[in-house]
Amino acid sequence: MSVQDRPATLPRVTLPNTFTARPRAAPAIAGPKMQLSGVSVQYGTFRAVRDINLTVLPQAVTAFIGPSGCGKSTILRCLNRMNDLVPGARVTGTVTLDDTDIYGRDVDPVDVRRHVGLIFQRPNPFPMTIYDNVAYGPRRRGMKGGPTLDALVERSLKQAALWQEVQHDFRRKSGLALSGGQQQRLCIARALATEPEVLLMDEPASALDPIATLRIEELIAELRRTYTIVIVTHNMQQASRVSERTAFFTMGEDRAGYLVEVGETSQIFTNPNERLTEDYISGRFG
Amino acid sequence: MTLNTRITDRLATGVLWLLAAAVVVLLLTIIAHLLLAAAGTLNLSFVFGDPSDTSLGGVGPILWNSFYMLVLTMLITVPLGLLAGIYMAEYAGVGRLTNAIRFAQETIGAVPSIVVGLFGLILFVDAFHLGFSALAGSLALTIFNLPLMARLAEQAIRAVPDDERSGSLALGSTKWQTIRHVVLPLAIPGLVTGIIVTSGRIFGEAAALLFTAGLGTPDHYDFTNLNVLDPRSPWSPLRPATTLAVYIWKTNSEGLGQFVTQIADGASAILVIAVLIFNLGARLLGRLLTRRLTAA
Repeated sequence: MSVQDRPATLPRVTLPNTFTARPRAAPAIAGPKMQLSGVSVQYGTFRAVRDINLTVLPQAVTAFIGPSGCGKSTILRCLNRMNDLVPGARVTGTVTLDDTDIYGRDVDPVDVRRHVGLIFQRPNPFPMTIYDNVAYGPRRRGMKGGPTLDALVERSLKQAALWQEVQHDFRRKSGLALSGGQQQRLCIARALATEPEVLLMDEPASALDPIATLRIEELIAELRRTYTIVIVTHNMQQASRVSERTAFFTMGEDRAGYLVEVGETSQIFTNPNERLTEDYISGRFG
Repeated sequence: MTLNTRITDRLATGVLWLLAAAVVVLLLTIIAHLLLAAAGTLNLSFVFGDPSDTSLGGVGPILWNSFYMLVLTMLITVPLGLLAGIYMAEYAGVGRLTNAIRFAQETIGAVPSIVVGLFGLILFVDAFHLGFSALAGSLALTIFNLPLMARLAEQAIRAVPDDERSGSLALGSTKWQTIRHVVLPLAIPGLVTGIIVTSGRIFGEAAALLFTAGLGTPDHYDFTNLNVLDPRSPWSPLRPATTLAVYIWKTNSEGLGQFVTQIADGASAILVIAVLIFNLGARLLGRLLTRRLTAA
């Protein structure tokens, strides 16, 4: 499928200026927030991803793009050890968060996931009230109900731009009673309530309509001030709109995904170093 | 759609509909038959009165025994079955141990209940010195109820979508927290079904109880006697306890009194009504629990 065939989820004309006018440059002086060195992922005997070296900069949005099956989501899930849950999955190489190897011997994956949140492709709120959804993470860490928790829930819902719509009934209304876009923002609020430093998003808007997609993108633009964000997307307009840096992956002859190149989004989209990237960006393959 | 496929489709729908209707009709017929047969017998004094060999006595103590055995058996079966189900659904890997457990589950389910009764006689009544008692009967019932409950609990837990588990784990919850706070609440409807199915077997079972819970029930229970170690107390698990199903079998097969048929009919009607009430009650409770836990 080429890019032209694919219906753009968001027509360019409706875009507010905030996306295009925002400076693209990544923060000038900042060490990496997360770093992948020689990361390979193996499912049983099948090597899904090979030898990834990649730096994720803090307080910026990094987009992962590439054709289906190139391992974008697999790599994303290495960043908070969600791959541990797949039977037979094995990750080699090192992944660091603030210089700590998250695959280190004495590191508990549960702790990693408290620092690195994940938003799924399909919104998956729990069948509880909106309040209980957001309070879920803090409660599991032992936070008791009361004003502190109430404040955290309210703040998280505000951060996820859901507060205005739900402020009157969020204690009664089920998370499942929300629309798809609202559910996804609820999932973001739920992740924010655990106070992570990094947010991973696995095609967070691909199940949503254009208006809901726009709101998610606005939200990402807002959140990048505070959080380090990595987003997997199939939609290249989306990548160019929301991200400072873009990593392009593809699948090799051996069917293993690998990183072709990574750089500032503007450079990847206008002047990529690799022919493969250019072909993909311009819709000649993928 | 061609004419042919359309006819096939209609036909299939019709046949399935008929079969479903047949099940409902069958159930209603049985209930109607039992109620009609018992129409002259059923009244409050029959339900709650004491039995009698010479006149039309009641089934009060026996009905009590049925519920007592139900509760006692479920107290053993539900927690163990739930834990086993959680283990099999969430923790058990693929391998010899898992296969062995599954094989045992299926085999015990296929053992005739009279054999389970005889086994209970040897193990619980004799070897454990429990005598003919409600406890020995409950343990015998547990033998074939536990694998069933474990299996149904496992299915209910497996039916919870993985999206929910990943959602919880991605928020930095432990596996147990995920099971406790997300998986189990969502599995409640399936767990309630498991409880209903296993309870139905407790209510209806006779063969396994003949040699374990025994046939001796006093004509009168003194409910103020709260000494659970006294074999005459209705609260004691160590007393013999005839259940309704056993009583029906006994009255039908060896009853000599004048009112044997009426007593058997009446007891059967009460058994069916009790099962119905229990099933509906359990569903209602399950629905309330689900609503409370999930805000659905």
